[in-house]
Amino acid sequence: MSRSGQLEEIPSYESSPGEGHGAASPVDMSSLASGPGIRSVAEVVAIIGVAVGVFVGLEALLILTEVPAYVFPRPTAVVATLFNDFTTLYLPPLLQTLRSFGLGFLIGSSIGLVLAAVITQRPFVEKIIAPYIIVMVTTPMIALVPFLMLQFGFGMTPRVIAVALASGPMVMINAATGFRRTDSAMIALARSYGASTFQIFRRIRFPLAMPMIVVGYMVGSIFGLLTAVGAEMVGGGMGLGNRLVYFSSLVRIPQFGASLAIVAALGVSLYVLFFLVGKRWASWES
Amino acid sequence: MARGAELDAAPASTNGSAPMASPKIEIRELTKVYEGATEPVHALERITESVAEGEFVAIVGASGCGKTTLLWGMSGLHPITSGSVVLDGEPITRPVPDRIGMVFQDATLLPWRNLKSNIEFPFEIKKVAPDRNRIAELIEIAGLTGFEDSYPPELSGGMRQRASIVRALAQDPEVLLMDEPFGALDAFTRDEMNLLLLKLWEASKKTVVFVTHSINEAVFLADRIWVLTPRPGRLARVYDVPFSRPRELDLHYDRDFIQLTREIKADVQGGTPEGAGA
Repeated sequence: MSRSGQLEEIPSYESSPGEGHGAASPVDMSSLASGPGIRSVAEVVAIIGVAVGVFVGLEALLILTEVPAYVFPRPTAVVATLFNDFTTLYLPPLLQTLRSFGLGFLIGSSIGLVLAAVITQRPFVEKIIAPYIIVMVTTPMIALVPFLMLQFGFGMTPRVIAVALASGPMVMINAATGFRRTDSAMIALARSYGASTFQIFRRIRFPLAMPMIVVGYMVGSIFGLLTAVGAEMVGGGMGLGNRLVYFSSLVRIPQFGASLAIVAALGVSLYVLFFLVGKRWASWES
Repeated sequence: MARGAELDAAPASTNGSAPMASPKIEIRELTKVYEGATEPVHALERITESVAEGEFVAIVGASGCGKTTLLWGMSGLHPITSGSVVLDGEPITRPVPDRIGMVFQDATLLPWRNLKSNIEFPFEIKKVAPDRNRIAELIEIAGLTGFEDSYPPELSGGMRQRASIVRALAQDPEVLLMDEPFGALDAFTRDEMNLLLLKLWEASKKTVVFVTHSINEAVFLADRIWVLTPRPGRLARVYDVPFSRPRELDLHYDRDFIQLTREIKADVQGGTPEGAGA
């Protein structure tokens, strides 16, 4: 790969496979991608037991202390409205949130991934671009929504852009950390079998970067969801974020709780999805 | 073992004795200069030697003498500054995956692939169907049967290196270039690997060039030993190794073995100040 110029490197094996791992990235949440697996029936029973305990305990506490339903929703009331009104009250907002989130995340993460792969090939370009990426990662992109609405109106567009802007840089910064780990011995091995630059990318660099890419997608998706819901709260659309504002303004607390539960379930699903993806495609690292 | 007898008869000759058969690999005036931090580094200077078909050559020398650089130059992985490396009459300027196999210092298995998939990796790169019979046979000889589905972190260092040798041999290359393949292994595993390598080599009669920092290992394995001296890297001396084959581990205690090892060691250590002349 590095046949560039006369400055050849002395072949060495000093670089370890983990080179550069987590060195420069301000957002290295690789621990998110690995977690304790469930091992035994006893563990499953304990986990379900505690969950039921929390649910029943909260219900009992609210009944005993006679907290009114408009102050804090009873779990049973939330579950009841979720079951009874799901298709009318919650499904349309859920689908709308999913649409703007899904589209924004797809666009943002794809651009982020491609940019990371390209930019890490050119350290000079990377140095120039890095500060902007860090600014984008650290600035809450919800802040841009009012401005985007000014430009693109009250439709889905500003939300999709906000989600893409929130998730893309997060995917990029983590994927770049992954792509930056080059293992000169592995690349030499591939080259000794006549591998092309593309083959080296596909067979060595990409799998080597995979664990960090999964982390990027996980964190990016959660940032994207955050931004999607936040953008709906700021204005526009009838998504879950909008419903949260709507129900709380009418003090329909059980409905508010149900919307919140759906948002939470979405976040957890994303986490689990990428956890499983990581387990399938990037488990070699742990 | 005609070759063994031949070598037995030949006395331990000194400088650059040309091998009798037509050379498989010819190195002519090979020079390699790196851009150093302050000034150019003359890693190798005008190395001229050849390797006969089916020969086992070991390259030894103090660290930094250019052993690895020479091997990489022969592989076509790294360009040389001047001179040439010729394989069967054709100059090598880039990797020749169909004819030359490389075995690296660390096994360099891809951790996301299991053992079998690692061995099949070169076939994927070359876009040809893996020779499964050959692979199974080699896995058997290398004692890796039953570990086909294991991932590299689950294997011992010796097993990983055996897998990497199987990976190279599965391509059935004419020439095997080995870069300190057993350097990271403990002494027992190393002996085991040496025996396995000799077994595989004697069965296949491939041309082998083997870089090592262990003179012991070089004497045990090789037909001829090239001694390099550093700064600039020069071919100081070539030794013929007279011991008959097949070789057993007991050879390590043979008087002549120890004598030859001692002689080469003195050469490697003493070669540094006078031999360089820079």
